[in-house]
Amino acid sequence: MMALAETGFDLVLCAMIATTALLAIGVRDQFGAVVLFVVYSVFLGLGWLRLGALDIALAEVALGAGLTGLLLFGAHARLPASVPVPSGRAVWPAACAAGGSGLALGWAFLTLPEPVGLQEAVAANLGTSGVENPVTAVLLNFRSWDTLIESIVLLAALIGVWSVARDDAWGGQPGLRQHARHGGVLANFGRLLPPIGFMIGVYLFWAGSSKPGGAFQAGTVLAAVALVVFMGGAMRPPLVTARWLRLVCVAGPAVFLAVGLTGAASGVFLGLRPDLAKPLILAIEAVLTFSIAASLALSVIGPPEDPEDHV
Amino acid sequence: MADVVTYFMTALGLGFYLAGTVAVIRFPDTYSRLHALTKADNVGLGFLIVGIAFQADSWMVVARLALVWGLALMAAGITAQLIARTALQRQSP
Repeated sequence: MMALAETGFDLVLCAMIATTALLAIGVRDQFGAVVLFVVYSVFLGLGWLRLGALDIALAEVALGAGLTGLLLFGAHARLPASVPVPSGRAVWPAACAAGGSGLALGWAFLTLPEPVGLQEAVAANLGTSGVENPVTAVLLNFRSWDTLIESIVLLAALIGVWSVARDDAWGGQPGLRQHARHGGVLANFGRLLPPIGFMIGVYLFWAGSSKPGGAFQAGTVLAAVALVVFMGGAMRPPLVTARWLRLVCVAGPAVFLAVGLTGAASGVFLGLRPDLAKPLILAIEAVLTFSIAASLALSVIGPPEDPEDHV
Repeated sequence: MADVVTYFMTALGLGFYLAGTVAVIRFPDTYSRLHALTKADNVGLGFLIVGIAFQADSWMVVARLALVWGLALMAAGITAQLIARTALQRQSP
């Protein structure tokens, strides 16, 4: 009975994921497409939860639904109200390419041998990794290469966002001017939420060494806190030219790279000595959390847009 | 006994969610839809959380569930205010 209910739930969930994905790329209305993308990400997060991958579920909901959704809403707000939908020639080749790669993936999935996975290898070496959460062990020790590049990609994204600023607005405050009513609900929310959000962010970072959590999830929560503070008008976003701001953004990847290079000096790039692994991972994650938070928040706020805002 | 309470409370919560969803589809304007969405869902989530709390192993878990409800209440209330205000300013139905 229980198994039947679970299978039913999973089937409905799969149908919802596929349907929202199709609708998100199918609808003509931009705003609707963004809303559907957010809904799709939430369903996908539930899917990861059903697979027992709590870390990925957290990351999917925080980064996929929350932050990417916000970025897309920001892009939608900056686009002209109606963009002509390309029609005719491009559609059929695209459909064939997408359908073909889908079929190829399905074929590969059905014909490849059942994967053994790396769970056993990770479990066997967990003792030398310095942390108890196998996901963190993989992300910051066994395969930290990927995490290092991801953290640099965030910086590249921020530089991309900033590079579309107009020349006369550059150097000012990032984003549009916020219009929170003094003493209004948003202004109060902007003062009430940050302490709670900050606590949850720090908890997620700290929990990452033994339980699901980590720098990316924590950084996203802290970025959201910063955005609420700016939108509520409790604080204005720092100038894009502020040196400390750039230091915060760069510090995470820089510390990561420095630790990796000291590893290289003793043999393996990004290799951590087992007895020093725990403090090193915590140090990288602590700095990385703030860098991720700053880069994400600044990417969402957008480039400086108001030439009047120079201070 | 705890299981019975859980069944009852979660069923009640789901009922509120269902009513809220029907209302969002059926109600005629932004304000009544907002009302349906926030009120019904907040009460629905409350019943769900009370139901789940009876399955919790420790008070710590209950406290976290309460925190989830509190945050969701706050977020829903504030977004409803902001959306209603924007709708009022634009005078959209």
